[in-house]
Amino acid sequence: MTLDQVLTQFQSTGLQTCFHGRHLQPQIYAGLDGKNWRLKDYEARGGYQALRTILGMDGGEGMTQDQVIATMKDSGLRGRGGAGFPTGLKWSFMPRQFPGQKYLVCNSDEGEPGTCKDRDILEFNPHIVIEGMAIAAYAMGISVGYNYIHGEIFQTYERFEEALEEARAAAYLGDKIMGSSFDFQLHAAHGFGAYICGEETALLESLEGKKGQPRFKPPFPASYGVYGKPTTINNTETFAAVPWIIRNGGAAYLACGKPNNGGTKIFSVSGDVELPGNYEVPMGTPFAKLLELAGGVRGGRQLKAVIPGGSSAPVLPASIMMDITMDYDAIAKAGSMLGSGAVIVMDDTRCMVKSLQRLSAFYMHESCGQCTPCREGTGWLWRIVDRLETGQGKPSDMDLLDSVAENIMGRTICALGDAAAMPVRGMLKHFRPEFEHHITHKTCMVSAYI
Amino acid sequence: MSIIEAQTFSAQVLARFDKELAKYPDDQKQSAVIACLSIVQQVHGHVSPESEKGVAQYLGMPVMAVHEVSTFYNMFNLTPVGRYKINVCTNLPCQLRGGQKALHHLCETLQVEVGGTTADGLFTLQPGECMGACADAPVLLVNDRSMCSYMSDVKLDQLIHGLRSATKEQP
Repeated sequence: MTLDQVLTQFQSTGLQTCFHGRHLQPQIYAGLDGKNWRLKDYEARGGYQALRTILGMDGGEGMTQDQVIATMKDSGLRGRGGAGFPTGLKWSFMPRQFPGQKYLVCNSDEGEPGTCKDRDILEFNPHIVIEGMAIAAYAMGISVGYNYIHGEIFQTYERFEEALEEARAAAYLGDKIMGSSFDFQLHAAHGFGAYICGEETALLESLEGKKGQPRFKPPFPASYGVYGKPTTINNTETFAAVPWIIRNGGAAYLACGKPNNGGTKIFSVSGDVELPGNYEVPMGTPFAKLLELAGGVRGGRQLKAVIPGGSSAPVLPASIMMDITMDYDAIAKAGSMLGSGAVIVMDDTRCMVKSLQRLSAFYMHESCGQCTPCREGTGWLWRIVDRLETGQGKPSDMDLLDSVAENIMGRTICALGDAAAMPVRGMLKHFRPEFEHHITHKTCMVSAYI
Repeated sequence: MSIIEAQTFSAQVLARFDKELAKYPDDQKQSAVIACLSIVQQVHGHVSPESEKGVAQYLGMPVMAVHEVSTFYNMFNLTPVGRYKINVCTNLPCQLRGGQKALHHLCETLQVEVGGTTADGLFTLQPGECMGACADAPVLLVNDRSMCSYMSDVKLDQLIHGLRSATKEQP
């Protein structure tokens, strides 16, 4: 076998993560089988109809920029990357009459531990992102865009490049799209292993060919983005939601979820479940239902805890999780956040100290080093949790841990500092006895950890 | 003091650089630096001071600015690595599904420490941070560009065997 043949055997096919038939009312993953990612397949699913409609290429009058943005506002779509900011509102911040170049950027730097939804979108339905971006570009009067893709998913990057070629050849991208007066050039770029570049301003720096160190905000990207020009940056899943909204209307999208939480959401369920994978379900679906879709807790064990929105979100115990619905507001009310929609499930064999030890190592490794509270604080957090885990902890470490976390929060340029501190505070809030047990008994409260 | 000579690139590599460069405005060549360095790494195995200088000259940017990039992004190899660099994700979601165990299995199979290279120069084994494929755990990356999913011990053995065989066929 050649090297390529050897490696291809182990490549993911999406069978378990995306084509399991256990989505509920899917919009983005609907009708996918892994083979039908090409342009002609996407068109057969109604693809590029929305772009055709807004440009008036389907015999209708088309839509104005204001109408597109109003539809987005009606839909209640909120940013799927983690912050949950209303998309229509974000689009309305872009200066309309700006005389120079403006940019559109897609954040596909998916590296929040637990998240793997954007990879499946880009790999198995790349044109939905291209169409979503073209519509966004039209609405904001932008003629150049970039999709910045996580460095570790290089095969997905190559797939997206191929889809771009198809879209250019079919005049869905480029000059005078489908014969209209609308121009939009879209390119793919890739990172090379830096979690911080998922932060939007770090991503912009990276796109400019620099170290990915976040910028102060304000100024926000809408006034000072790539190359200092007005820029709108949205997550992959956010753009992927756009064509459906244009085709079906904002109200229909909102009706699919809950008030203030419109549409479907893709949850990446990982950890101790029978069927880890991506599940696209309406916002507001009970967690218990999501867990059921993912086959329940692995090996019939008891659910212990869930990190509901990527590793930066505070952990919640099973008792709270089993009672809540999966949407921005419900999870926030329960004391955590929906974040990127990464649901990390932990069963009753898991030691919370060991889990936090691994997460703290990650944040220490990925801190960009720019702000002292984060650069030094993440190291402090790791060293304390590490000594607790290895039986070297002191009783005073509990307060120290809390104090270091508190002194990072809100004192850094970007959210990575908060992202490192929040899991610590969540763990201490809900699983304090486990940490105390480690200090007193120099060992785990739970017996096994695979 | 030794003077570093800029690496010269093959026509093929330069053509790939050009393709990346075409994506950005004429006065923003630096934007292509990550892509160019990753191409250099794919072809030459690692990014040397000579290749940093070569890329700097090609993009018209200071060598130090290139070095800032190559030292900031985790996937760049600043020293030579084995023919196959394997990064196993050990972040929490992967750890819950045997990521750490997979790394350990490879250490034992290859008789190499984490971070080390096998005596025959074939394999370098490293831990990795989140690769955005958490539901496929255990996952690993071979030479930055090929992801391998659901890597049970049996599959890990198949992979190592396969890579060794492929090397014998194309030394």
